Amino acid sequence: MEKRVRFRSAWLPWALLAPQLAIISIFFFWPAAQALLQSVQMQDAFGTSTEFIGLENFRRLFNDELYLYSFRVTAVFSLLVAGFGLIIALVLAVFADRAIRGASFYKTLMVWPYAVAPAVAGVLWLFMFAPSIGMVSFWLRAAGFDWNHLLNPDHAMALIVMAAVWKQISYNFLFFLAGLQSIPRSLIEAAAIDGAGPWRRFWTIVFPLLSPTTFFLLVINIVYAFFETFAIVDAATQGGPGRATTILVYKVYYDGFKGMDLGSSAAQSVVLMVIVITLTVVQFRYIEKRVQY
Amino acid sequence: MLRNTLARSAAAASLALSLALGATSAQAQTEIHWWHAMGGALGEWVNDLAKGFNDSQKEFKVVPVYKGTYDESMTAAIAAFRAGNAPHILQVFEVGTATMMAARSAIKPVGEVMTQAGFKFDPAVYIPAVVGYYTAPNGQMLSLPFNSSTTVFHYNKDAFKAAGLDPDKPPKTWPEVALAAAKLKASGHKCPFTTSWISWTQLESFSTWHNTLFATLNNGFGGMGARLALNSPLHQRHFENLANMSKQGLFIYKGRNNAADATFPSGECAMMTGSSGLYGAIRRNAKFASGISTLPYYPDVQGAPQNTVIGGASLWVMAGHKPEHYKGVANFFAYLSRPDVQAASHQRTGYLPITLAAFKQTEDAGFYAKNPGTDVAVTQMIRKTTDRSRGIRLGNFVQIRTIVDEETEQIWAGKKTPKEALDSAVRRGNEQLERFEKANAGKK
Repeated sequence: MEKRVRFRSAWLPWALLAPQLAIISIFFFWPAAQALLQSVQMQDAFGTSTEFIGLENFRRLFNDELYLYSFRVTAVFSLLVAGFGLIIALVLAVFADRAIRGASFYKTLMVWPYAVAPAVAGVLWLFMFAPSIGMVSFWLRAAGFDWNHLLNPDHAMALIVMAAVWKQISYNFLFFLAGLQSIPRSLIEAAAIDGAGPWRRFWTIVFPLLSPTTFFLLVINIVYAFFETFAIVDAATQGGPGRATTILVYKVYYDGFKGMDLGSSAAQSVVLMVIVITLTVVQFRYIEKRVQY
Repeated sequence: MLRNTLARSAAAASLALSLALGATSAQAQTEIHWWHAMGGALGEWVNDLAKGFNDSQKEFKVVPVYKGTYDESMTAAIAAFRAGNAPHILQVFEVGTATMMAARSAIKPVGEVMTQAGFKFDPAVYIPAVVGYYTAPNGQMLSLPFNSSTTVFHYNKDAFKAAGLDPDKPPKTWPEVALAAAKLKASGHKCPFTTSWISWTQLESFSTWHNTLFATLNNGFGGMGARLALNSPLHQRHFENLANMSKQGLFIYKGRNNAADATFPSGECAMMTGSSGLYGAIRRNAKFASGISTLPYYPDVQGAPQNTVIGGASLWVMAGHKPEHYKGVANFFAYLSRPDVQAASHQRTGYLPITLAAFKQTEDAGFYAKNPGTDVAVTQMIRKTTDRSRGIRLGNFVQIRTIVDEETEQIWAGKKTPKEALDSAVRRGNEQLERFEKANAGKK
């Protein structure tokens, strides 16, 4: 049976697509083209003088040791966020899958952090961990651990990782739960009858069957860690102390909107775009091969 | 018949009414749009100023619009300018001064606006250190100082008493500050000394207070070729002292920008160098007796104490508007500069008055006697400025301040020595200045 929809008229498909195309052009292609254009220009803040300078912005970026340091910070940050986000969500989904009583209660509790805006999440965690007034930092100090994310770069990184992971667990949890529930019970029962313990059952049956979901979530989490965590960093640490939590996207915002250097900011945007496109392509080409649909 | 007549007379009446209304709206007031960044109680102050002006005359109407924080409103104005939609008046913070000055075709100097509208403009009535920051080398005023604060020394009198210090004799020099901090720590105080806006208080104002250069070419007044000089032996010595204090737990770093401001009124920190504008918050929230004193200095430095540098913001006039709007702007600025308006603003907000007459008026009214400490900010500024103390005018200043934040944080964390941190700050800051120079090359 022919699965494709056949349109008899020549213009109807385009008319139906037009709104979506319009939105994509205005909100994606146009700004992207503008970023590409601005990245090869040097402008003053008001745009009264524009000078074409070729790849000078890019050259200056890659000669700046602090920009290269931002790469490292972002790599560490996104690996931590994606790693913890996926592992914790998977564990919680496995538990929630087995719960019989109060299942919807647990699921609601798991899911609502996703509705919290990233900036609010950043402020929430900032308040809990504030060295002077935070409750958690108070308990940590009572336990002998001197928490100070204003001065200690590792503490600052831990803070934003916690806030970012907390937000993303809900999203991952939902998908993992759906994935788990789509695994036929008969497979698991058959393995149990054959004598496989729960650990073995998980690794040889459940996890491989979850691989499409895991792969999808990996892509989404990396993109999330690269871009959507901007508000958390801005609210919690503003890139400090020193440069310890200046992820790439935060530097784009800072150089462009606080520093008024739109050329450098656009160049960084372009670099970020290339990185994420490359990552996604790599993920689709190589890792997807291992995904078992 | 009657209905017909009624209908006709009703129509005639409404026609007459609309004509009359049309006639008055034809003499509509010229609207002046003022974008500012003052929220909360200060926002009410802004609205009251506009209302006072609007009520005093019929020709112009100032419409203040709150646009977010200082950098948010500056970004909004830049975007609006690029779209041809700029406001008439824009409040810009002091670190944005060089950016605004370099955008020569985007702004209209205030001096020009005032003289073109026929106002006699006499620079001598203004407090030198306040106005000098916003004046071009040739003496032309580029923007009108609006809410200027300066760096002062806040201290907790009750904590002083508990530590055995005299609450009416605050420390005046940095060695005295260290001694007081040691006594406070000995009496059990967890945070003897802190500071907010570290670049502004400990480097910029520190430099002008000691009549030392913060940057070459008279702190940038001499041109865009200025480069940072904040790693001189005096600055290094000061930061060595601060680093020692930090190691001994006498100086506690409480975060960037004004994050530390909350720690003084709450009683957490006993001494703090920060903005004079914190006075209102202290008066409202502090549950202890507090005092304001002058910024500490090193007594062995020749020329200290000179004057402190201002912070806050000024009002810039955007280019590209019609002459009648500029006339309205000039009238509004003249209203703002009136001694009674200035004095009222100063007493209400704690911000500095910009004219000597306003200072005199406030003094004669006994305000300073009733509110001790509120005159410290002014007396630190009413001095004849030198070339090195008039103010600071550097491009990309926002980034330079962040660089200073980043580098000095490494000192308190024990990761860099003061010399390394200051040298690194100078190197990175100079890159920013070079970029600014290149981006604005060929412009006056």
